[in-house]
Amino acid sequence: MITSTAAQMADALAKGETTSVQLTQAHLDRIAEVDVQVKAFLHVDSEGALAQAADVDARRAKGEKLSAIAGVPLALKDVLAQKGVPTTAGSKILQGWRPPYDSTVVTKLKDAGVVIMGKTNMDEFAMGSSTENSGYGPTFNPWDLTRTPGGSSGGSSAAVSSFEAPLAIGSDTGGSIRQPAALTGIVGVRPTYGAVSRYGLIAYSSSLDQAGPFGRTVLDTALLHEVIAGHDAKDATSINAPVPAVVAAAKSGNVKGMKIGVIKQLQGEGYQKGVQTRFDESLQLLASLGAEIVEVDCPSFEYALAAYYLIAPSECSSNLARFDAMRYGLRTGDVEGASAEAVMSATRDAGFGREVKRRIILGTYALSSGYYDAYYGSAQKIRTLIIQDYAKAFVQADVLVSPTAPTTAYKIGEKVDDPMAMYLGDVATIPVNLAGICGMSLPAGLADEDKLPVGFQIMAPAMQDQRLYQAGAALESALLSKWGAPLLSQAPALKGAK
Amino acid sequence: MSSLSRDDVAKLAGLARIEMTESELVELSSQFGMILDAVARVQEMDLSGVKATSHPQPLENVARPDVVLPSLSPEDALSGAPAQEESRFRVPQILGEAE
Repeated sequence: MITSTAAQMADALAKGETTSVQLTQAHLDRIAEVDVQVKAFLHVDSEGALAQAADVDARRAKGEKLSAIAGVPLALKDVLAQKGVPTTAGSKILQGWRPPYDSTVVTKLKDAGVVIMGKTNMDEFAMGSSTENSGYGPTFNPWDLTRTPGGSSGGSSAAVSSFEAPLAIGSDTGGSIRQPAALTGIVGVRPTYGAVSRYGLIAYSSSLDQAGPFGRTVLDTALLHEVIAGHDAKDATSINAPVPAVVAAAKSGNVKGMKIGVIKQLQGEGYQKGVQTRFDESLQLLASLGAEIVEVDCPSFEYALAAYYLIAPSECSSNLARFDAMRYGLRTGDVEGASAEAVMSATRDAGFGREVKRRIILGTYALSSGYYDAYYGSAQKIRTLIIQDYAKAFVQADVLVSPTAPTTAYKIGEKVDDPMAMYLGDVATIPVNLAGICGMSLPAGLADEDKLPVGFQIMAPAMQDQRLYQAGAALESALLSKWGAPLLSQAPALKGAK
Repeated sequence: MSSLSRDDVAKLAGLARIEMTESELVELSSQFGMILDAVARVQEMDLSGVKATSHPQPLENVARPDVVLPSLSPEDALSGAPAQEESRFRVPQILGEAE
């Protein structure tokens, strides 16, 4: 049952072949069995999940009209506030905090009857690309437990790829949904900026952050996308427009006549051979399905990484000022006579990890007078050039494509002491965030040299998210015929797996 | 090659209100040169006449009608407080002088 797709599970629920309680229990059992090794979850809310499942079953029994994925269980990235459930964003500074309110994403999931099983591990405050920056230890890639599942939404990607959950929510500030999806052989989408409410999403870099769906298929991901997207008055940057028809696009999957642009700057040198090979093959498959392949030039993308690592740290240095030890979260050093400032400084030292401190300091530097124009100011201008490059490219092509990440999953510990090497892994995903557009990663096969998953990235203009699903579904179906079975069936069985 | 001394890092840490150990300061200052060199690439391009983008959406200020909506109760708002007293957040002294 747990290896089915979310769409199949929803179908079985609708036909009365199973109940949400049974389905949820099966996944909770799987978590109990394999999460000792994978460590995808920071908190499993068995009681809450089963109560929610029983409620959906009761509503179904009464004949209520339910959402397409009502009763299907899900794993939630710990960056989203869920009322009464521990929410830490992977940081010690929020250990034990239970939010007094639900994020809009959680409200929408609950309204749709999607069962939230627990909170998944992540790089602290979503700062990282491997989940090793979590204050609670790393998550392990189900394909090879010595490797990272990517990040920052590595707990969510590992949960879905290890069949602990059919669906998961992540957040993507510089690639944190797409890159972990690529490294674990699943589908992940970063929706258009403003398409999914950020209300209750613990902020890292507000102009870049966006929550989005993970699934094992393009259709499953679309079904979840549709549930969480939509205008929200509680988020001033939320787009007030209808949700693109992502589910219909995922069901159609036709690329005949679609123009697909290959970004010259995001391939070749610096990309692992097996990654490039699988990417090129996927491109040929799309061409064989009737898509027209063109090459597009985005010269300013060469500076995207530099711009991102100024903009994101600058925004984070401001956003994370809220962790001041006064209203919630950790407080240390509150001894008689200690000033608020001393308590705040001691708390932030004890509560923040290395990478968070590094980015706050970098952002503080980039925003300081005398350096502002040269660093943050220049980065903002590069951002404009990247938006212009995309605009020109989208005149030539309906969607743009690249490998999602330059390499397959690397060993845990391999890059942890070399921040620049870690940052380079985001080179292909970052431009999407800077421009506020949407992107998807879907599995393109395994690299020959290490037999690890490779991700194929599709990008589309703002609020044209349906194009991702249209092209993604076409490629997925062609690859599936080629492989004969889903890619995840090639993943090694985890100990204890039935 | 850019660099940031241990004292520079200590000053920034002070501004960011993060107490740091000596080893953290030394480690950060040794990593910063490389990071600054990488991000300084934004200065390589000719950016004269290019407008800055602070946000991906061309949004104006978003306002809503000025009506009272449900919000957190005092109990909920205080539920995560490290310390509280008489339905208020209790905080360390902020003005430097004793009470």
